[in-house]
Amino acid sequence: MSHETPPTPGLVSSLVRGYMPFVVAVGVAIVMQVVVRPNVDPYPAKLLLDIGINCILAVSLTMVNGFTGQFSMGHAGFMAVGGYASGAITYYTSMRVWGAGEARGGVLSGMLGGEGLPWLTVGDGLFLFSLIVGGVVAAGLGYLVGLPSLRLKGDYLAIVTLGFGEIVRVVIQQTSPVLTSAEEVRQATILQLPTHVGGSLGFSGIPYYTGLFWVYLGVCVTLIVAFRLKTSTFGRAFLSIRNDEIAAEAMGVNTTRYKVWAFVIAAFFAGIAGGLFSHTLGVGLSPEAAGFLRSFDVIIMVVLGGLGSISGAVAAAIIVTLLPEWLRGVAEYRMIIYALALILIMIFRPKGLFGVREVWDRATWAWLSRRKSGTGARGGARE
Amino acid sequence: MLEIRDLVVSYGAVRALHGVSLRVERGEIVTLIGCNGAGKSTTLRAVSGMVRPASGTIEFEGRSIARMKPHEIVRLGMAHCPEGRGIFANMTVEENLRLGAFTRDDAEGIAADHERALTLFPRLRERLRQSAGTLSGGEQQMLAIGRAILTRPRLLLLDEPSLGLAPQVVRTIFQIIREINAAGTTILLVEQNAHMALKVAHRAYVLEVGKIEMEGPAADLAASDEVRKAYLGVA
Ligand SMILES: Nc1ncnc2c1ncn2[C@@H]1O[C@H](COP(=O)(O)OP(=O)(O)O)[C@@H](O)[C@H]1O
Ligand SMILES: [Mg+2]
Repeated sequence: MSHETPPTPGLVSSLVRGYMPFVVAVGVAIVMQVVVRPNVDPYPAKLLLDIGINCILAVSLTMVNGFTGQFSMGHAGFMAVGGYASGAITYYTSMRVWGAGEARGGVLSGMLGGEGLPWLTVGDGLFLFSLIVGGVVAAGLGYLVGLPSLRLKGDYLAIVTLGFGEIVRVVIQQTSPVLTSAEEVRQATILQLPTHVGGSLGFSGIPYYTGLFWVYLGVCVTLIVAFRLKTSTFGRAFLSIRNDEIAAEAMGVNTTRYKVWAFVIAAFFAGIAGGLFSHTLGVGLSPEAAGFLRSFDVIIMVVLGGLGSISGAVAAAIIVTLLPEWLRGVAEYRMIIYALALILIMIFRPKGLFGVREVWDRATWAWLSRRKSGTGARGGARE
Repeated sequence: MLEIRDLVVSYGAVRALHGVSLRVERGEIVTLIGCNGAGKSTTLRAVSGMVRPASGTIEFEGRSIARMKPHEIVRLGMAHCPEGRGIFANMTVEENLRLGAFTRDDAEGIAADHERALTLFPRLRERLRQSAGTLSGGEQQMLAIGRAILTRPRLLLLDEPSLGLAPQVVRTIFQIIREINAAGTTILLVEQNAHMALKVAHRAYVLEVGKIEMEGPAADLAASDEVRKAYLGVA
């Protein structure tokens, strides 16, 4: 009798199969930058940008806290790592190569728009490269943090990730001041540069590459990956872990492996979001970016969205971004308002806005049940 | 096919099994009966890798599996229907069945086994799109067994399939257990319902507080005075 182990299909290959959605993503991103951006005022444009970054954070955390039912509390830690890594890459590379740290992007980057510039430049290439490296560094840390804690049951992940965010914050605080002259930068070795990211004063001088194109490209790619993850065989494996971990193992799901994968993918996108954040005009990247409050923002979005609904997370990201704008006068009470909002949700919608379902699932469901109660009067009456 | 020797399992300071040995030959239905808390579920959990034995050996088709993870053991051809069924309550019946085939990529074989499970349990066919959490207890047990069939096991571990079910449903389920066995699947059946279990099984073991107290052909045990007194309620 043979004991051949059937191969488990590759997770990553199933995420990048089929390029059409990615083409659409680029199209959407170009429209955001070239059509939408010039036609709205700077303030709503900045809100659109914040919404986009929060969408990436919320949707990526949904993969962990929603799909697999683990509870990560350190998403901001991964975001900060990605932000610092990509910021250091663009800033110090620019200083070395061009002698100055400013952005050298084309039409598709930045928030100011440029007349007569090429669409993409070498600077944009550098930015894209730095975003991906930031994501990879965050994902690598995600693996180091996730592997040991996801093997253990229960709330270890929550505790470990909470600690992780704080460690990132404290480590960044210990770094040295940013090197501001081209001369100093040229003299420093490659290994010294990452230690000069500003300490508790923050990392200023990062070039402003981030614009609606890059942010919405990131949003679309995150959404594509999240949907593919949810609707694939893996998606069923993720949701089975959340439903009943022991039964999932009994079906042959390597639960540790899938939990780690979800965690690493989520950390990657958090790192990308961090890179987008750190290259934004008017953002001062500081160690507080890794702090618990920021992680909590994202958790709120995911819980509000329904712990597993992608469209719910997007809706919640929009609401949570806009809420402080509507409640300007009471901004200091944000945490209290959050707490109240959470309590109200727990009471009135214990499964969040959408549960694990998507907006359209719910719509179809409501429509179907309306028809059913129309034909079967007894069933309708009983409800 | 399955050979357990001197199996010792502890939960922290509590020792649940004190050296259990048993064997299951290919094609058999073997039942393990015993009172509540005797260690029946623990034995199955150790075999399928859900708890790690403190000592002892477990061999499945000649290979030692005592240190393997559950998801690895499924791939070797063993399925475990846990006590309490462990269905995915938030998923539909269909999604539950598809997860049964998680480790397989032979589309035709999966389709055939899917059809087989629905033929064994016609009730599931009517409820494919229903959320599994809304099934009755008997239907959930059917789903758990059907889902296990989709892993295409050569050895099927069943933990108290009769638990909490009406006598009529229990009879149906035991009839189907017999059919599954007749179609070539070896079965290790854990039961408190000794009466039914001894009827379908070829051989039986009696487990008492972590130790095997008796073993033999099921018919012999069913006729023995000790078993009749202790487990069949005959004075
Ligand atoms: N998860 C657990 N933690 C601690 N003790 C357990 C656990 N599961 C079972 N036990 C103990 O192990 C013994 C055997 O339990 P079990 O195998 O479930 O018996 P059975 O299935 O025969 O009713 C019992 O004393 C029970 O209390
Ligand atoms: Mg039991």
